[in-house]
Amino acid sequence: MAIAKVCGIETEYGIQVRGAESNPVAASSVLINAYVSGVLRKVSWDYEDEQPGNDARGFRYEDVFAPETETQLVNAVLTNGARYYVDHAHPEISTPECINAWDVVRWDRAAEEIVRVSMDRARRLLNDGSEIVTYKNNSDGKGNSYGCHENYLVDRATPFGRIVSQITPHFVTRQVFCGAGKVGSELAGTSSQAVPYQLSQRADFFEEEVGLETTLKRPIVNTRDEPHCDPQKYRRLHVIVGDANMAEVSTYLKVGTTAIVLAMIEDDMVGSDLAVANPVSAIRQISHDPTLTRTVLLREGKRVTALELQWSLLERAQKYERSHGLESVGEAVGLDVLARWETVLSGLESDRDSVAGWVDWVAKERLVNAFAARHDLRPADAKLKALDLQYHDLRADRCLARRVGLETLVGDDDVRTAMTEPPTTTRAYFRGRCLQKWPNDIVAANWDSMVFDVGRDPLRRVPMMEPLKGTAEHVANLLDDCATAAELLSRLGS
Amino acid sequence: MAERTQKQKPTPARTEETVTDAPAGAPQGEKLKAELDDLLDEIDEVLETNAEDFVKSYVQ
Repeated sequence: MAIAKVCGIETEYGIQVRGAESNPVAASSVLINAYVSGVLRKVSWDYEDEQPGNDARGFRYEDVFAPETETQLVNAVLTNGARYYVDHAHPEISTPECINAWDVVRWDRAAEEIVRVSMDRARRLLNDGSEIVTYKNNSDGKGNSYGCHENYLVDRATPFGRIVSQITPHFVTRQVFCGAGKVGSELAGTSSQAVPYQLSQRADFFEEEVGLETTLKRPIVNTRDEPHCDPQKYRRLHVIVGDANMAEVSTYLKVGTTAIVLAMIEDDMVGSDLAVANPVSAIRQISHDPTLTRTVLLREGKRVTALELQWSLLERAQKYERSHGLESVGEAVGLDVLARWETVLSGLESDRDSVAGWVDWVAKERLVNAFAARHDLRPADAKLKALDLQYHDLRADRCLARRVGLETLVGDDDVRTAMTEPPTTTRAYFRGRCLQKWPNDIVAANWDSMVFDVGRDPLRRVPMMEPLKGTAEHVANLLDDCATAAELLSRLGS
Repeated sequence: MAERTQKQKPTPARTEETVTDAPAGAPQGEKLKAELDDLLDEIDEVLETNAEDFVKSYVQ
């Protein structure tokens, strides 16, 4: 049976300084420090177990890749179990490990609020009229892209080749309901006149079907093999092919459907007949066609639209639910995802406006078209590009996405508590609670361990190799009972 | 086991649609256009004043 689909999202935010000269790395550091110094003693990230050069196909790049993150840059771990850091000259937040798509939406929304608070504090600290502004999008419109990556726990026993071939059709077509929308095209040789508007922020940037890169020659399936947990039992599928979403339902469907399809692959219930003949050109063709009528060639010779391929996946997922259940993705959330998956495909097919509250690219397209008509603008006019950018502006008073009637899934109270509280159902609980309780005794933390300094040498590392251990059920009483970190360590027997 | 061909209808995620005030008998398209017009009025107030410069200076 499929294993629990522990999952999370990492978002790199676009950043711009208004009213002063600054470089993006410095601005990102100011932003994060403004938040971190206000809320907790800074606990550093521990790089001990980071191996971004490992390739899931079985080989390893020793010298090809520089470390992904320069270690001198700001890198903090938060009491909600998240990581907040500077990566590639962008501020980035990785959500804590979650057990279902709803939790991912909750902690992703909390991440947005954390960035929003950071902007407010930075403005007050700078106190010179300048302002650091962030954008939750994936492109500057000039060929530079930054990522929104998802991670899913998968069973090491599942052949990686099967994952690659069977998840690719979903990655190529899921953009119909989780694309964030983009004015114009950044694909060399494609004019904005030819593509005035497209489904995805990221589709223009994918050049390979499979590979280890994340910033150059981006692959649809990324092969980084860095599980951050027991490597004998698990893989972490690192997904770089998604857009950052403003619409909560888009994030929910993106993560929820992908978790279900991965569970189906583990149980060998997808089949190979949906393989797309040329995934790289297909992902662009689908993105470049907001009418959703263009067909792509399957390896078996048939031509299908993205929606037809999605209907096939949904039907298989419904059948899978009846035969296997959806425990691995959270039964209740899984059933809700299946229902919404059907609703969104029906809406996209027959009544586009009915899903404008769920799907970013649909909401943005309506706005762009109405604005262009009112001001008599040509396709891809600078004003439309500005409108596109401002859809993703995280300042509450500027953000256009907040005004277009997107449906919210997570209430304000749940978002607010998730800014400081970890999920209770994964090891993030142990990480977050320890940071809340004993910040002065923790010298470093990362996904799969925490390092304590309780005044006696040597430093004590507590390994957390099982993503589903260290939950509230396992350790809440223990953490409540221990008065000091030293007592915790002694009771853990480490 | 025989394959089930009957497609099971999932429970709709949204059971109730909120209906906003629309002039009686206004077709759906008209209502949407009115909503978008209101939104555009509102958005005109918060849009970046110099779109050209804003877009040009946004480099990542």
